[in-house]
Amino acid sequence: MSIAYILHLADNALVLGHRNSEWTGHGPILEQDIALSNISLDLIGQARNLYQYAATLIGNGATEDTLAYLRDENEYKNCLLVELPNGHWGTTIMRQFLFSAYQHPLYERLSDSNDENLNAIARKSLKEVTYHLRWSSEWVIRLGQGTAESRAKMTDAVNDLWPYTQDLLLHSPEEKEKWQERVQSIFKHASLNIPADVKMISGGFEGKHTSHLVEMLNEMQHLQRTYPGVEW
Amino acid sequence: MPSEEVIFQDKVDREIRIEPKDWMPADYRKTLIRQISQHAHSEIVGMLPEGHWITRAPTLKRKATLIAKVQDEAGHGLYLYAAAETLGITRDEMVDQLHAGKAKYSSIFNYPTLTWADIGAIGWLVDGAAIMNQVPLTRTSYGPYARAMVRICKEESFHQRQGFEILLVLSRGSKEQKAMCQDAINRWWWPSVMMFGPNDESSPHTAQSMKWKVKRFTNDELRQRFIDICADQVKVLGMQLPDPDLKWNEETQHYDFGPINWEEFWQVVNGNGPCNKERMTARIKAHEEGQWVREAALAFAGKMSSRAGVRG
Repeated sequence: MSIAYILHLADNALVLGHRNSEWTGHGPILEQDIALSNISLDLIGQARNLYQYAATLIGNGATEDTLAYLRDENEYKNCLLVELPNGHWGTTIMRQFLFSAYQHPLYERLSDSNDENLNAIARKSLKEVTYHLRWSSEWVIRLGQGTAESRAKMTDAVNDLWPYTQDLLLHSPEEKEKWQERVQSIFKHASLNIPADVKMISGGFEGKHTSHLVEMLNEMQHLQRTYPGVEW
Repeated sequence: MPSEEVIFQDKVDREIRIEPKDWMPADYRKTLIRQISQHAHSEIVGMLPEGHWITRAPTLKRKATLIAKVQDEAGHGLYLYAAAETLGITRDEMVDQLHAGKAKYSSIFNYPTLTWADIGAIGWLVDGAAIMNQVPLTRTSYGPYARAMVRICKEESFHQRQGFEILLVLSRGSKEQKAMCQDAINRWWWPSVMMFGPNDESSPHTAQSMKWKVKRFTNDELRQRFIDICADQVKVLGMQLPDPDLKWNEETQHYDFGPINWEEFWQVVNGNGPCNKERMTARIKAHEEGQWVREAALAFAGKMSSRAGVRG
């Protein structure tokens, strides 16, 4: 597996974990605030494992923290979907679902990988992602079917996020079919439609990001950049 | 036959826990609802000042630890709301009281978190003071409250060690980090000392709460214990507590300390602290913006159960 691809997986997990953690303390229901914080923790944990592995391949004193805190946005390889602002709770839920529906078959496949390190990370993460997928699927259905207002909000969320779904799958063609099946099935239960004729936006893997990632990294990397070379 | 009140007090005296279905004096119930809901609200509002640093935590490990900590606080809020509910009030009612300004929460959370060192200082001092208050509550007379506190105290002492460790790293770091560490201690020390509440002579409920064994030590006893411990721990950090009168007293075997600014304490309690407005605005905003989610969840649950009803 190439270093670039491992960083892609790690950046995906970190950026989404970071975004979800912005909800901690501000969620709509205490139990769900806890659930989303849990998902954040899982994703950041996955990112740490992947960065640690990448760091051993990169050498030159790289660590999980130099990779997370000292790369600029054009070196980040995450898909664009995960860097978008949280929006309302429905958008966050929809994004988590679209992402987990990709991450689940991905880790299933990597659980059989010949790369021992990746294999171990994938096996551990698969258990977590199984829960993320179930939780987010249930919420997509609940909000899709709940009230007229929640349905309208979920429809907006789909429309806002759909243009970024091609970019999500661009470097994981193996997962595409399973992702499509899962999305179709859950959308059917939620009475939501897949938008037609959408202009797709991509470029995350190549480092062509939105300004949202720049803002996010400015905040996240602030201390490491302001006081370089010290221990925290 | 002895009166219900006599039986109740006899149980309390013999250290038998009072359980939800037992008879209890109306004022005992009222006191507990006030205290437990205040405690629950403190956990929930307390998520905000620390949550503020999740996105800026300086390493991935610190970020994960901080998320886990703030999440623990949400969990504590949940157990405590559940404990209060056994006394005949709903979580919604308690949350409404908080948002309407009728219920209080710990004033400590009305101070801002300005630097990363504040996350350490909150863990060491604020959680340290909380533990001092809470450990005796694991033996409080009301069963559900006591049991909730057992779990909470275990997690809190973990948080306290993490906080101290954050400060320890800073205290051994660069000039800027050391200054950050001292500054945070300076700002959090007196508000933490005030967390034990007014002096015993100005604490009107203490005597009754001690008789009911809701409380087991007075505010001043717990405060002294906290100061004694911190005065020693701060030496490990090589930092100073911001109290020129702090001095070991051979005779009392305790540290003497300077006067507490009660004027500031009451100002913050009464809503005029640096962040009172900000905290309530954030809680109310989260609640209002979550309204549609709660309504949708309720509507969906209704649809599911009516479908199940048709099938059944």
